[in-house]
Amino acid sequence: MTIPESWFLILAAVIFGIGMFGLLTRRSALIMFMCIELMLNAVNLTFVTFSRSLHDIGGQASVFFILVVAAAEVTVGLAIVVAIFRRRQSTAVDELSELRG
Amino acid sequence: MIAKVAQLAMPSVHYLAIAPILVLLGGSLILMFVTAMTRARVSAVVATSVTVVTAASAFVLAFFQWRDVSIHGSTTTLAHAIALDGFGVLASAAIALGVGLTALVAHDWAHRARVVGAEFHILVLASASGAMMMAQANDLIVIFLGLEILSIGLYVLVAFDRHRSGSAEAALKYFLLGGFASAIFIYGVALTYGGAGSTNLSSIAYFLAHNFILQPGVLVAGLGLMLVGFAFKVAAVPFHVWSPDVYEGAPAPVTGYMASIVKVGAFAAVLRVIFGALTTQSESWRPLVWGLVVLSTLVGAAVALVQRNIKRLLAYSSISQAGFMLLGLWSASPSGVAGTLYYVVTYLPVVIATFAVVTLVGGEGETGHDLDHYRGLARRQPLLGAALAVLLLSQAGAPFTTGFFAKFAVITSAVDAGGSWLAVIAMVAAAIGGFFYVRLVLSLYSDDEGSGVRVAVPRLTGLVVAIGSISAVLFGVWPGPIANLAHHVYLLLP
Repeated sequence: MTIPESWFLILAAVIFGIGMFGLLTRRSALIMFMCIELMLNAVNLTFVTFSRSLHDIGGQASVFFILVVAAAEVTVGLAIVVAIFRRRQSTAVDELSELRG
Repeated sequence: MIAKVAQLAMPSVHYLAIAPILVLLGGSLILMFVTAMTRARVSAVVATSVTVVTAASAFVLAFFQWRDVSIHGSTTTLAHAIALDGFGVLASAAIALGVGLTALVAHDWAHRARVVGAEFHILVLASASGAMMMAQANDLIVIFLGLEILSIGLYVLVAFDRHRSGSAEAALKYFLLGGFASAIFIYGVALTYGGAGSTNLSSIAYFLAHNFILQPGVLVAGLGLMLVGFAFKVAAVPFHVWSPDVYEGAPAPVTGYMASIVKVGAFAAVLRVIFGALTTQSESWRPLVWGLVVLSTLVGAAVALVQRNIKRLLAYSSISQAGFMLLGLWSASPSGVAGTLYYVVTYLPVVIATFAVVTLVGGEGETGHDLDHYRGLARRQPLLGAALAVLLLSQAGAPFTTGFFAKFAVITSAVDAGGSWLAVIAMVAAAIGGFFYVRLVLSLYSDDEGSGVRVAVPRLTGLVVAIGSISAVLFGVWPGPIANLAHHVYLLLP
């Protein structure tokens, strides 16, 4: 028995939604990072699913690019968090009140 | 299967097409290598000269690319992932110019802000190569990579002023929202891939032109998400909330860089994707762009009226300008594309020069960003004040400046495309915008000097201010050359 492809797409959409929801509601910078990672991995799942249904290798190749970009993003993001943490001993974004939007 | 892999075909490479990108990356690598190999800090003069020479060579290479395009026409290379066409060449040349101007402003700023070493220039060069990649990309994945190379460098640049806590906070905010926007954009790419069967822009356009899509849901969702991602990057309302805070927190030269180069890269990519590849889906995306134009032009101009901080005011002004640039996309016509391209290319030197003046008046620790500090500036320093007045009037779209022709071009293209109402709304927004620009210019010439002080004008920053204001007036009274170029670039239409 094979699982229909639409199930994978729906799962990816749900994971993407969870990441988006978390990013918009959580207040810790580290959790927000994780939510971005979750969204990117949902995109990877979508790419792999479409790659299979289209019989095209391009989608699977795209996943590698996204993985590398995600790693590079985290490196820079954590460096920024460390720089802020050294100043304030906290990673909660609510306490960053110097700039009011 | 294994035998197939063993015969992996390497794509042919047309090196001239990617030469400016390679030059910028190369300059960045040279500086990085020198930094790693020498025990002493790389002197600021060396770092700045390497950056300026690199940017100048990329600019010169654009002329060779232009000649190649005029002889052979538009071509693609690297398995059709990179396009060499007039559109990309003009955008790349503008980006190279922006890198050079930013490096000159940053040289004086770094000296004053006690920023040492070549890292600032390394990041500027590397991230600008990402913007060029976006301008020349013919594949959604390449656009994503260019976007990320541009953004990741910028996150660090925003955090560069370690003596001010606002800088790192702005970087975190930019990083979180930028990462969010990238994730939305790449999800849009994934859905477009599913809907159209490829990430290559030419293949997508070919597929859509020759097939009728019965269930366009996936494709339309992908298109919408990509547009949202781009709207975040160019700070179009309602995806603009990050931009005033980040503009305020970032060091002033970086703000100028963000306001100019990010716009060139992102608008080049948005035109290629939305107008170039998805032109057959225009009834799906034109209403979305319509909304972005109306909201950005009006909200940007209206909120700028009540700002007291010059950087926030310029942030809202740049949101409003992004709305006008989107107007050319809404027109979905070659003249609209030319209008948007003319707009971003002429806006680039103007906005970098404006932020060069902001860097000077802001002073040490960037404490002088209140509008009061600008009161009577032209009385104290006639040349600097006059230059700033010209730059502001150009952004307002006053006659005899480049801003006038830019607004004229996008608004006429919108009228031709049947958007009379949209044109009226845009002109109302331009009038509101004109009000706050003129108010600021009048306060420059006010007799009451407020809390302003004389500021020193270092030579290189002065040069950038001069280049920006002279280009605004020169191409304002004589718009021929750039307008001609913008009208002769055609998107690589498949």
